[in-house]
This record gives sequence, structure tokens and C-alpha cells, in this order.
Amino acid sequence: MGLVARSLARGTANALDRRLSIAAAARRQASHVFPKHHSFFWGEFALYSFVVLVLSGVYLSFFFVPDTHEVVYLGSYLPARGEYMSRAYESALDISFDVRGGLFVRQLHHWAAVVFVASMVLHMCRNFFTGAFRRPRELTWVGGVALLLLGIFEGYLGYSQIDDLLSGLGVRIISGLLLSIPLIGTWLHWMVFGGPYAGEIWISRFYIAHVLLIPGLLIAIIALHVGLVWYQKHTHFPGPGAREKNVVGERAVPGFGTNTIANGLWVLAVLGLLAGAFQINPVFLWGPYDPSAASTYIQPDWYAGFLIGGLRLWPRAEIHLGSYTVPAPFWPGVFLPLVMFALLAAYPFLERWANRDWRHHQLLQRPRDNPTRTAVGAMGLTFYGVLFASGATDVLSATFDVPFELLVWAGRIGVIVLPPLAFMVTKRICVGLQRADRDVLERGAHTGVLQERPDGVYIEVRRPPGGADREGRPIPLDYGGARVDQRPATSPEPVGEEQQR
Amino acid sequence: MSSEKDLTGPELQRMSRKELVELGNSLDGVRVAAEEPGRGAADARSERRRRRLVTLLLVASLMFAGAFIWVYNLWPSAYVPPGAPGHTTYLFYTPLLGITFFGMVAALAAAMVLYVKSFYPNEVAVQELEIGPSPETERFTAAATFAEAGEQTGFGRRTMVRRLGITAFGILGLVGGMVGLGGLVRNPWEGRDDSPLWTTGWKPIGGETVYLRIATGDPTDIRRVRPEDIDQDGVVTVVPFRESERGDIEKLRDAESSPDNPVQLLRLPPDTQVRNLPGREDLHHGDFYAFSKICTHLGCPATLYDSQQQILLCPCHQSEFAITEGGRPIFGPAARPLPQLPITVDADGYFVARGDFPDPVGPSFWEIRRGSH
Repeated sequence: MGLVARSLARGTANALDRRLSIAAAARRQASHVFPKHHSFFWGEFALYSFVVLVLSGVYLSFFFVPDTHEVVYLGSYLPARGEYMSRAYESALDISFDVRGGLFVRQLHHWAAVVFVASMVLHMCRNFFTGAFRRPRELTWVGGVALLLLGIFEGYLGYSQIDDLLSGLGVRIISGLLLSIPLIGTWLHWMVFGGPYAGEIWISRFYIAHVLLIPGLLIAIIALHVGLVWYQKHTHFPGPGAREKNVVGERAVPGFGTNTIANGLWVLAVLGLLAGAFQINPVFLWGPYDPSAASTYIQPDWYAGFLIGGLRLWPRAEIHLGSYTVPAPFWPGVFLPLVMFALLAAYPFLERWANRDWRHHQLLQRPRDNPTRTAVGAMGLTFYGVLFASGATDVLSATFDVPFELLVWAGRIGVIVLPPLAFMVTKRICVGLQRADRDVLERGAHTGVLQERPDGVYIEVRRPPGGADREGRPIPLDYGGARVDQRPATSPEPVGEEQQR
Repeated sequence: MSSEKDLTGPELQRMSRKELVELGNSLDGVRVAAEEPGRGAADARSERRRRRLVTLLLVASLMFAGAFIWVYNLWPSAYVPPGAPGHTTYLFYTPLLGITFFGMVAALAAAMVLYVKSFYPNEVAVQELEIGPSPETERFTAAATFAEAGEQTGFGRRTMVRRLGITAFGILGLVGGMVGLGGLVRNPWEGRDDSPLWTTGWKPIGGETVYLRIATGDPTDIRRVRPEDIDQDGVVTVVPFRESERGDIEKLRDAESSPDNPVQLLRLPPDTQVRNLPGREDLHHGDFYAFSKICTHLGCPATLYDSQQQILLCPCHQSEFAITEGGRPIFGPAARPLPQLPITVDADGYFVARGDFPDPVGPSFWEIRRGSH
């Protein structure tokens, strides 16, 4: 650092400290220890995608016009010349064709949304399967579930307001779902849309929710979420020196800080590549919304896929209560997602109650070490996976030349049968993996080398990680929750052991 | 820990930087358990090689940045339609932006990662955790402070004031909510039997004839439909048209863009057996059937017509409606039949609607079976 820079830094630091006495606080943040593990990156990826979303979104708001008013297109995209379309769709075409780099930023925004929700889901799986949500971090988990819900809703609002043929169907579906809510459905619909579907006010309402209300909530909850992680310190995996009362890793400055900036750059780089080289949501190909038209392969963004799947699988069962009706799509379209998110948010409390476990946990668990939780997670993911796959029955049907009716029935049966199956299989696998670990620790790793004893019995040579005692018997080690090396390259002296039959 | 805090200025000035860092760490409960030099510190050759690689990556980042700036500003970005000269060049604009952007940012990220791995010390730091309840002094004094403050307010003794106060604050919140949301409330049943939930643009107004007009998307292109316009197995999407609307662009666009108007007019083969639903026996005209295009599940247009099996399919959630069974749903999530429009042919041979749909159009709702229909 040059002399000027150094004296400038010192001057600023002194000026701030005289006014705020922040020396201790600044030093504490710099020496904050953050554990290292590749699976901890997903949360960072989500965070950096969100930053890209905010920046690209502000840019898009300079050009996008949230207006349903109908105009005749006269822009530079020839195939759409002379077509009637909403001002909103026209401005989306303008961004794509008449703004320099506009298509790049529009696709950057859309890809960032796709990656944002995907990273959140992976991040949530990591936290779930390692038990990171346990006391004292329940609030962080609940905040994360809220972020996922808001993120999905925000993404839906974003692509809906372009008012193209595909997103228009999404708006119609939401209108139908609002109508399907018992008792208050019609009134709620009139509140949101200001009247029957679609009216003229919906886009400006979707827009203000998309650019102000939901992002405001997201920013507030992200601040709380990340703040809690920082304040309570990050969890770590069992390993050398890692205990329930400490954090093992590297300090925020310089190691963790530099690495996390590099992670942010990687996210930005990949999103930029996707935005430029991989087309996403080509609204100019879909055409403007027309209530009488639809294309085949109606596919939303991936994160709405499970909802579509649920809607496709649910049987045509309207419930009649006297002269009133509970429409069929209410159950898979409104009730089911609410229950799913409620269960997700409640999971830490349910597990705490089921296990009577009120202790603080700083050490993470390997998924195999809590077979029930891992099996519950696998069950949930299978349920979600069947719904997700069923959201693509039309595409699957065309690709594999199978009647979609068959796929729908497969989904209906699968969504009931497969999750419990996944539960049982996962639990067995976890127990098996646990036993394999214990076997290595107690009797040694397999070498595959056979020896014949003088009495003619064949034995396998094992390498016990704890070594052998004077009589050649392995010294058993306790399992501490860390990864057990199944094939240690070098280990204490090998021990012969009778082959198991 | 606390005793170390009491060091004096001269004592601190005598300490080396290392000692000061260690002191700071100990104040924060941090201990650097292991510190190995980075991979680049092994020998001078390795150091030089890694430094060169980092330099190379940074230069690459700058070159990609130059390329990005060049593409962004100088590559032709204006839309060129397929077939016209320059179309291919235009197509490369956005992908080139993406690739150069990736090069610029990824090279910078790679340089950072490589630099950290090579030259930052590889440390294992251990920080003691202070999770759990605060020290007892803090807890007792905090509890006492708030209890005392509560005592001082005197709310505990003045029950009436307390209850009324809480109620007033609650009401204030409710009033805020009422004002905030009250303006949004609209009565869906304002028009009673004319509520948009019961009616569509096909509803006759003042006895004027409502024709079936092909949805052309162009308000200057008005094509009414006659039976001979439709081939056998043919399908056409129609919207309502009144002669008084001719030339009125806004009304004509409205008729086409109103979400519940689109109707699918189908012509079945002459000998098709149709089991009409009860009450729908005389809505068709010969082999011509007019069904609402709006799916009764969630309102997508059921546009895909399988003329072999006479089935209408909704592409959104794949509900199937059998035309030969009067529009009954036979597969998928839709529970109600497609509403059927009563049609006939007027004296001039044009299709006209004999009234609005007898059944509500679109997705189901709580009150749907209470309609006068």
C-alpha cells in the first residue's frame, strides 16, 4: 500500500473510531471465524443471485411499462409489427430489440431468478440433511422458508407481468385459484384484480408487489437471516478440534472475505454466460396474450412446476356443501402448497419435540447419522419430485411417445406410493452406511488381501485406523460423527481377520 | 481476558504487530491453531509460476473486458429479420456479450482463487462460542430494569386504563388495515344476475342479433360465419359480433380480448352420435356445436381438438372434454362440462347466438351453483 493510501485509511479509521468507537467491533468482525465446506456455498450463491436480481431489476424498471392498455406494435421486431398487444408486452419487446444490451439484461434477470430459487432449494436441503436448523438456529430456518416462499412468488409475479401468451395463462391460473378459495374466493379475486379476470389494474398491482413490496420483504428477511448466521456463528462438521462450543475455520479477513467475493464473481460470471448464450423465456416468440390462444407445452419456470404437477394430478372432485361448491383446484393449488410450506417451517419444532432434544447444536450431522430425518427428507423430496415430474407430463408424453393419461395415472399412484418407499429405503441405506463406518473403526478398513492361516482358514487383512494391540487385535475407535476413511492409504499395521460368511 | 484490556499506551507501543494480533484474537476468543504458508511459498520457482498465472488471468480478464466493451458498443445490435443481410451477425450480439462477460468475470474470479490458494496462509482458526443465556448479572439486571419500568408505568394497577389502552391500539391497527384494504374491496355480486361471473359478451343487449365472428385478431377484418364456411371436422374460434359495432375498433377489440368470450365452433361428421347433456338437447345447430373455449378447471383455453376422437384438450392441466358427450369432462382435473352456446342460423344463413351461455363460463367458485342459471 502506498503512503497516501495508508495515511488515508488510517485517517478514515481514526475519524470513524473517534465518533463511533468501533475499533473493538471492527476487529471482532475481522477475526470472526467461518468454517470451510463446499456445501456451505449454496447460501452464498443464493445471496449473490439476489444481488444480481436487484441490480438487473432496477435496470429493467427504467424501460418496462406496467400497463395493460392496448397498443399496435410498431417497433423494430418485424414479425410482431401491426399486432395488438398491451403496453407492457410492447415494452418487453422494446427491451429485447430496441435497447442496447437490453435482451442480455432481461435474460440475466430471468436466469438469476431461476438460479436464486434453485440455490435456495439446494441450500435448504443442505441445512435440512445436516440438522443445521436445530436449536439455536430455528429462527434462521423459518426465515429461510419464508425467503423460499417469497422468492417463488416474486418469480411468478415477475414473469407474469410481461403479458405474453405463456405468462397470461399463468395469470389466468392464479385468477382461477383465487376464485377456488371457499367462502371468500370471489371477494378475494375482486380485491386483487379489481373485478373479473383480467381487467386493467392487475399489472400495476403485480408490478408494485414485484419491485417494492416483495423485494422489501426479501431484503429485510435476508438481512435477518444472514445477520443471525453471522451473530450466532456458522455451524461446522465434526472434525479435528471441532466441538459444540467452538467454530473451526478461517478468519473473515483475509481468507473468508476474499473467497466469498470470488464466489460472488463466479455466480456473476455464470449468470452472464447463461444470459448471453442461453435463451430464456423468448417472449417475442410466444406472442402477446390472447385469451383464446395457447401453445402446446405449457411450462412455467421450474420452481412453479410442482404446483402445475399437483393441479394436473388432482382428480376432478368438486365438493358440494348444500348449494355451495369447493372447487377441485383449491386443494392442490392453494391448500397443498400452504401445508407444504407450513410443514417445512414447523420441521425444527416437530423434530425437537419428537426427539425431546432441547440442547444447543453447533456440530452438524452427517445425513446417515440421523436416519429418520434423512428418510423424512427423502420422502419429502420424492413427493416433490413426483409433483414436479407430473408438471411436465405433456413434454414427457411427446418425448417418450407415451399417452399422457398413463403418465397422469403413474403420477397419481406414484405420489402416494413412492414417498413411503423412499422413506424405508433411505432409512435402510443410512443404517447400512453407519454400520460400514463402525465396521471400519472397530475392525479396520478392507484391503482385499487374503491370507491363509496355518490352520487353513483364509483371513482378510484389515487396516484398523486405531492400530493393533500387542496380540494383533485391532484397537476399536469411537465414531465421532466425522467422515470415516474407508480405504486409508497408509494406516497402522494391518491385522488379519477371519472372513465373514 | 479482562486484565489484558488494561494495558497502557506505552506497553502497547512496545508490542510487536504479531503480539498485538494475538492479543486481539484472544480478546475475541480466537486462536490460530495452525498456519501453513500457501502453496506458492514452497520454492521460488513455484512462487514465480503462480504469480505469472495470476498475472495472466488478470490480463485475460482485462482483454475480455475490452472485447465486451467493443461488442457492446460496436457490434450491430439492431434487429435484422431472418433472410435479410446481417441477420446472422445480429444473432451473435447477445451471445457474444455473454461470452465476453463470462471471460471478464470468470478470469477475475479464477485469479482471486488462485492467488488465495497460492499466497494466503492456509490457517485453521478456532473461535470459542458464547451461545446460550447471558451471564446471570446481565439477566437479573435486565429483568429488574424492565420489571421496574413496568411498575413505574402503573399499568398493572390501573386495569381499566390498561385494557382500554390495549384495545385502542388494537383498533388503531384494525382501522389502518381497514383503510388500507377497504378501498380494494369490490362486490362481485353488484350486478346480481348481470355479474360478470354469470354473463359473457354473448349476452344479448336490447334484442340486437349477436353473430358468430371469426377471431381474426384484426378489427378491420370482420368475417361472420356460415355453415358452409366450415369443413367437416373443422374447428374455428369465434367471438360475439353485433352490426352496431362495425367500425368501432375499441368494441371489436374488446369482443376479442374479453377473456370469457372465445367459443370453439365445431362441425362434427354427419352421422356422429352425440349424447347431449340434460338441458342441452337443442343448443346445437345440426352438426354444428359451439362450446366455450375457456376450460372449467382454471380458465386456460381448451384449444387442442382431436378430431378423431372428438375430444377437446386443455394444454395447461390436460383436462379432456368429450364433444360427443356434450362437452363432459372425461379425463384430468376439470370437473364441469364446457358450457355450450345456443346457436342457430339466421335468414341470411349466418350463425347467430340464441342467447348467452346457460352455464357459467370459466373456473368454478364457491357460489357457482347458486346462480339463477
